[in-house]
Amino acid sequence: MGTLIRTLGGRAAQAVLVALLVGTACFLMVRVLPGDMAYRIAASRFGYDMVDSAAAEAVRQELGLDRPWFIQLGAWFADLARFDLGTSLASGEEVVDALAVQLGHTLLLSVSALALSLLIGPPLGALAGLRQGGWWDGALLALSAALRAVPAFVIGVALMIWLAVEWEWLPAGGVGGWREVVLPALTLALGLAAASSRVARDAVGAVVASPFFGFARMKGLGDAAAFRRHGVRNAAIPVVAYLGLQLVVLIEGMVVVESLFAWPGIGHALVHAVLGRDIPMVQGTALVMGLLFVTLNALTDLACWLLDPRRRAQ
Amino acid sequence: MTLSPKRLLGGLLLAAVAGFALLAPLHGADPLKQNLSDALLPPGGAYPLGTDHLGRDLLARLAAGARLSFGFALLAAMAAALPGTLLGLLAALHGGWLERLLLGLADAVQALPALLLVVLVTAFAPGDFLPLYLGIALALWVEFFRISRNTAASILARPQVEAARLLGFGTGHILRRHLWPEVAPLIATLFAFAAGTAVTTIAALAFVGVGARPPIPEWGSMMTELLPYYAEAPLALLLPGLLIFLTVLGLHLLAGRGRA
Repeated sequence: MGTLIRTLGGRAAQAVLVALLVGTACFLMVRVLPGDMAYRIAASRFGYDMVDSAAAEAVRQELGLDRPWFIQLGAWFADLARFDLGTSLASGEEVVDALAVQLGHTLLLSVSALALSLLIGPPLGALAGLRQGGWWDGALLALSAALRAVPAFVIGVALMIWLAVEWEWLPAGGVGGWREVVLPALTLALGLAAASSRVARDAVGAVVASPFFGFARMKGLGDAAAFRRHGVRNAAIPVVAYLGLQLVVLIEGMVVVESLFAWPGIGHALVHAVLGRDIPMVQGTALVMGLLFVTLNALTDLACWLLDPRRRAQ
Repeated sequence: MTLSPKRLLGGLLLAAVAGFALLAPLHGADPLKQNLSDALLPPGGAYPLGTDHLGRDLLARLAAGARLSFGFALLAAMAAALPGTLLGLLAALHGGWLERLLLGLADAVQALPALLLVVLVTAFAPGDFLPLYLGIALALWVEFFRISRNTAASILARPQVEAARLLGFGTGHILRRHLWPEVAPLIATLFAFAAGTAVTTIAALAFVGVGARPPIPEWGSMMTELLPYYAEAPLALLLPGLLIFLTVLGLHLLAGRGRA
C-alpha cells in the first residue's frame, strides 16, 4: 500500500507541474503578443472605432493590468486553481463548458483506441513469443519496425482512403454512432499495437523460458492450460507497465488524428485554438490534455499494482 | 557504433533519400513555380514524377521537402543533444544541488507529452520555424540528459575512476578516457532516434496546419494539400508519405536496437 500511495503522490505532483507549465506558457503568450493588452481588450469590447486611451485606461484599472507582473501571474494562477479558465476569444463560450463536451469525445476515442490496441498487439505478440525464432516472430518484428516508422497521420490517411473512400465500409469523419469511432481509433491503435506486440512477445518469451512454467508443463498441464493459468497474468505485467510509456504516443496521436478525422475532441480544439490565437482555449485544452495524460498514467500504475501481488505485498 | 546488417540497411536508406534530395535540383525545376494548365499530370515528359494540383513539379517539391526535413532534423537533434549531453555530464560530475535542480527540471519538462509542449511553444508564433526548433529541442534534450547523466554517474562510481583520481589525473582526463568512450555510442543512438522524432514532428505539425505553411514544400503539408486530389493523382499523395517512412525507418535502423 505504501508504494502505491507514493506512486500516486508522484502523479499528483506531476499534475500540479502540468498546470504550472501550461499556465506560465499561456501567461507569457498573452504578454508576448504585440501591442498594449489593455487597448486590445478594450477594442474587442467596444469595437476598434470606438476605443480611445481613456477606455483602455479604464480596462487597465478594472483588470489590474497596471499591477506588477508577479502579482498578475499570481492572480492568473488563482483563477486557474478555481478552474476559472475564462471565455473563448473566438466563440465567446465559457472555456470550461466547451472542454466538458470535447473531453467526452476524447475519452471515448482514447478508450476505444487503447482497447483496440490491446486486442491487436498483445495476442499477435504472444503468438510470436510462444515460438521465438519462427516465421511469425520474424514477420511480426519486420511489421512492427515498419509500423513504428510511419507517423499516425500517414496511417490515418491510408486507412481513410482504403476503408472509407474506396471500400466505403466506414465514414471518413465526424461523430455519431460507433462507426465514426472505428477509423480514428484504429489509426491510433495500430501505432500503439506496433510497440505493445513487441513487449508482449518478449514477456511471453520470458515466461515460457522460466522454471515455473517448465514445472507446470512437467506436472502434466497442456500447452493451453499452462499458459492460461501460469502465463497470461505474468506476461501481462510488463505489457500494462509499458502502456504507461505509450500514453505519450496516444496523447500526441490524438492531436493529429482528431484533426484528420474531424473528431471534435480536445486535440482538434487545441490545434484550432493555436491557429486562431485563442489563448484561453489553448490554455484550457493543453491543460486538460496534460491532466488526461497524468490521470491515465495513474490508472496504469494502479492496474500494475492490482495485477502484481508482489507489489501489493511490499 | 558497430556495423550490423540493419545499420547498413538504415544507412543505405538515408543515403538514398539524401541522394534524391541533392541530385533532384539537377533536373532544374522550381518547387514553387505554378503552371495551372499542367495541374495533376501523371509522371512523364517534362515532369518525371508528375505535378500537384497547382501544376508544380513534384520531383522538385519532394526534393525540397527532403532538404527541409533533413536540415531541420539535424539542427533540432543537435539543439537537443548538445545541451542535454553537456548538462548530463555536468550533473554527474558536480552532483549535489546542481544535479537535483537539473533532474527536477527534466521531470517538469516530461510532465507533458513532447508534442503538446512543442504545440504550446509554436503557439507563440504559428508558422515560424524558430519556435518549432526551440520546442523540439526543449522536449528532446531530456533524454540526452538522462542517459548521459545515468551512464556517467555509474562510471564515476567505479574503482578505476577512483584509482585515476588518486593517481592525480584531473576531470579532463576522466572525461576523455573514462566517460566519453562509453557515453558517445549511446548519444549517437539517441541522436538518430531524436532526428527521426524531429522528422515526424515537423511533418505532423505541418499536416494539421500548425507548422510549416504553404507554399513551403514540406512533406506533411504536401499531404494535406494533395489529400482532396488523391483520386486524380494517387502517386502525388503516396510519395511524401513514402519519403517520411523511408527516412524515419532509415534513422531507426541506423540507431540500432529499439528502446522498448
